[in-house]
Amino acid sequence: MFSHTCPIFLHNYIILMAKITFITQDNKNHTVDVQNGLTVMEGAVQNDIPGIDADCGGGMACATCHVYVKDDWFDKLPAKEDGEEDMLDMAFEPKKNSRLSCQIIVSDDLDGLEVNIPSKQS
Amino acid sequence: MNKTDALIIGAGPTGLFTAHQLKLIGLNCEIVDNLDKIGGQCIELYPDKPIYDIPAVPECTGEELTNNLINQIKPFDIKFHLSERVDEVKKEGENWIVKTNNDKKFSTPNVIIAGGVGSFEPRKFPVKECEKFENNSLFYSIRDKKIFEGKTVSIFGGGDSALDWAVELSKNSKVNLIHRRDDFRGAQATVDKVNELAKEGKINLYTKYQMSSIKGDNQIKSIDIKNDNNEIKNIKTDYVLGFFGLIMQLGPIANWGLNIDKKTIEVDTEKFETNQKGIYAVGDICNYPGKLKLILSGFHEGALAARACFKLARPNEKYRFEFTTSSKTIKERLGVKGD
Repeated sequence: MFSHTCPIFLHNYIILMAKITFITQDNKNHTVDVQNGLTVMEGAVQNDIPGIDADCGGGMACATCHVYVKDDWFDKLPAKEDGEEDMLDMAFEPKKNSRLSCQIIVSDDLDGLEVNIPSKQS
Repeated sequence: MNKTDALIIGAGPTGLFTAHQLKLIGLNCEIVDNLDKIGGQCIELYPDKPIYDIPAVPECTGEELTNNLINQIKPFDIKFHLSERVDEVKKEGENWIVKTNNDKKFSTPNVIIAGGVGSFEPRKFPVKECEKFENNSLFYSIRDKKIFEGKTVSIFGGGDSALDWAVELSKNSKVNLIHRRDDFRGAQATVDKVNELAKEGKINLYTKYQMSSIKGDNQIKSIDIKNDNNEIKNIKTDYVLGFFGLIMQLGPIANWGLNIDKKTIEVDTEKFETNQKGIYAVGDICNYPGKLKLILSGFHEGALAARACFKLARPNEKYRFEFTTSSKTIKERLGVKGD
């Protein structure tokens, strides 16, 4: 049968994705499917979302994947680790709802997450 | 004019090991870096963080890795040019003429860019008008602390630089320390000292505040600071200091006629050469199909780029591959005894 030859139909190969919306400075919405287990930063980079630099590649060492998380989502995210808050000190215009997108791991719970991208990363 | 077989831009792990490889095969080289110290991202971003994927080194910190690499090139006489940013790379005959921001000049057939994600520059205030006062009454580093004597200085930041300077300048100046949250990430002893000075009224502490605007004509007169609830305070100040750490900027590399895609330089995987003959890119800054941004990849790329340099530096000689375990010539270069 078709399902035997085409692995995407086999249960083991189903890739779970969540929809993540990035809102850029010009108020454009970019909604992309990001595979569970990846970070929101990786989702942005893989989909060429403008405004996420991620210079250090996810090492929580540069604060150039900074996003503002929509208020209703902010409290649903797992809490920040200490190091993240330290790095946010260096981000461009940090706010109460600031996060580093490399520290947010995509899961079913985050399906529909909306984040705003700051006007600059540095 | 400094003449060399190869000029390495960037003194991070990849740059250091590339220098090792060049010297091993008998070429000389010099290293330029914009930072005032050796080690690149390892030393600037994560000196204390453990790294677990250096081959044959189960665990080491960024600082340990840097020190080990420095030790490895100790047998060689390699000249470092620190606090120098390469601004210009131009072809002149067979050679590249490389110029730094302090007007140091190099002539070399080979330029190896091991520049990480570019050069480290201070992170700046988001407020646009700050530019106007930069290096006049607003600074991101301090050259001469005497200018602050008897003046009011407003320091922004929550790390060691901000705290250390707040403590130091409070001796002879009126100091405001402004930080976006209550927690400071500096050393605990310094944080305690700052709190003590704040209690004594020697430092005015404004936490949960950030800069919202800056006022003045030629010199800063006052700043507005704003908290999360949009409450604004106006503070009179003569000077503003911002300590938000460093950020990597691709900077002048973008103007050297190289094929650049998303802040990385396209290279081949034989010589790690760019679209310009004699200019190579290795480490995090290079890009090719399958590129991994790992330190170990940088080592491999540097080793191959070094061999490619041989051809241009010694056009009349033939490069011969040798092992360090058996080559007498290499052992002589390393200053170790042969068998």
